[in-house]
Amino acid sequence: MSSQPQIAIDKVAHVYRPPRGRPVLALEEISLQVQQREFVALLGPSGCGKSTLLYLIGGFLPVEKGSITVNGEPVKAPGPDRGIVFQHFALFPWKTVRDNILYGLERKTMPRAEREEQAQHFIDLVGLGGFEDSYPSQLSGGMKQRTALARTLAFDPSILLMDEPFGALDAQTRHLMQAELLSIWQRTPKTVIFVTHDVQEAVYLADRVAVMSARPGRIKTIVDTKFDKKDAGIFKSKGFVEKVDELWNLVRDEAIKAERRAP
Amino acid sequence: MKSAVFRYLPLVLLAMAWEATARLELVSSSALPPLSEVMVSWIDLVRTGELAGNTGASLYRAGAGLLLAIVIGTALGIGMAWWKPINVLLSPLVEIFYPLPKSALIPVTVIWLGFGNGSKILLIFMGCMIPVTISAFNGARSSEQTLVWSARSMGANRLRMLWDVVLPSAMPELLNGIRTALALSFILLVSSELIVAREGLGYLIGFLGANGSYEAMYAVVMTVSLLGFAADRGYQMLMNRMLRWREQTL
Ligand SMILES: Nc1ncnc2c1ncn2[C@@H]1O[C@H](COP(=O)(O)OP(=O)(O)OP(=O)(O)O)[C@@H](O)[C@H]1O
Ligand SMILES: [Mg+2]
Repeated sequence: MSSQPQIAIDKVAHVYRPPRGRPVLALEEISLQVQQREFVALLGPSGCGKSTLLYLIGGFLPVEKGSITVNGEPVKAPGPDRGIVFQHFALFPWKTVRDNILYGLERKTMPRAEREEQAQHFIDLVGLGGFEDSYPSQLSGGMKQRTALARTLAFDPSILLMDEPFGALDAQTRHLMQAELLSIWQRTPKTVIFVTHDVQEAVYLADRVAVMSARPGRIKTIVDTKFDKKDAGIFKSKGFVEKVDELWNLVRDEAIKAERRAP
Repeated sequence: MKSAVFRYLPLVLLAMAWEATARLELVSSSALPPLSEVMVSWIDLVRTGELAGNTGASLYRAGAGLLLAIVIGTALGIGMAWWKPINVLLSPLVEIFYPLPKSALIPVTVIWLGFGNGSKILLIFMGCMIPVTISAFNGARSSEQTLVWSARSMGANRLRMLWDVVLPSAMPELLNGIRTALALSFILLVSSELIVAREGLGYLIGFLGANGSYEAMYAVVMTVSLLGFAADRGYQMLMNRMLRWREQTL
């Protein structure tokens, strides 16, 4: 790899300090470098700090120990270069599906008609045509998740931080969304950090998979997972199946450790 | 429609009982004039324009005081929730002012601003601002972290974020606080007009009572309560409309 990494995470730690109760060490010494246009998946047991890491890269939480740079600049605050799909969607409940998706576009300089067209394109892309005027309280979990996905994709950030973005979807929709994400990623220059619990999904989508250890989170291993995504038979190919297996074992070990350590 | 009739049946019964009690002279007719005569005086008051003029004066005072209280109270409440220094500065003041019976300020506001509109508006503003401030503060503090982050990551600056996320998050709680303020504005309006005023519904009640025109006095009292009822009903409808997004379709 030639140039400097687009995202450089260097020995980052994070401690949560709840107003009551004792501090929680969520991340300990995380280092990871992500190149421009790279697709990296994060795997790890529940509570290991995957969301926390995304919040730090997003600039939502302060980096108190270590450093995170994006394009060489230290991260200080959220910015429109980094779009995030939150694990719990974070849709504006008082806005309709359409207005949620328009929100990010309103802060860009483009004619109104173009904004609406853009929004409609992504509504159709995630299969929510007909629900444009529904409020989030009227949607199923999977529909909310697709709205959140459309909102972030429509906004078109160069870095996508995705926190289990397909977690609430059925297998069928999930496959469709995976394919859409891949095609967007192949068409437009985007760097993706993608949190998932689905090992097969990670291997299929990502160039590299980082496996995190149980809390306090560290990067345990990074595995190369470059496959030809266009190959229809990829899921059954020997190389793919072996990679999934290898990663499964790594993740399972950590899940067991997390289980034992749980209070 | 039918259920609405049923709902207000007790009111009809009360009206009938009132009429009967007065007609049978179970109580002295000066203490309780018959409802029918109260209605007749009401029509007289409407015809002479007395009721309209005084209602106008009262609604102007209540409306102006309430509007100021809503705008300033909301700004202060949200400010307190989002900037520590404002909170440190204001929360002791709010705490001290909260339990004070606001009617105790009637003479004070008269000394400051005289007998006219100013003193009533100031009183209503001060009294109504407290529930609005407190509800805006509580509502704003409950706004979800990830919603704020979401807006920030899509390019909203701090001010926009307050307007786009914190204010709507606070809205359910805030609208309830404003409803309390609305009821309080009527109380403060009438009591301040009863004590010192030259026009307004409270003044009219006091004036007619002192002159022994009890039928007319009752007519004005009924007008005030009807206005209060209508204001609350109208407000509730507005509130439901504004909070439509919370409804789950069943
Ligand atoms: N606001 C908070 N206050 C205190 N502790 C927190 C807070 N948020 C997270 N934590 C702790 O930090 C650790 C990491 O949390 P995080 O949400 O990043 O995990 P995760 O890997 O995303 O888990 P999951 O897969 O279940 O989403 C957890 O053990 C949790 O207890
Ligand atoms: Mg998480």
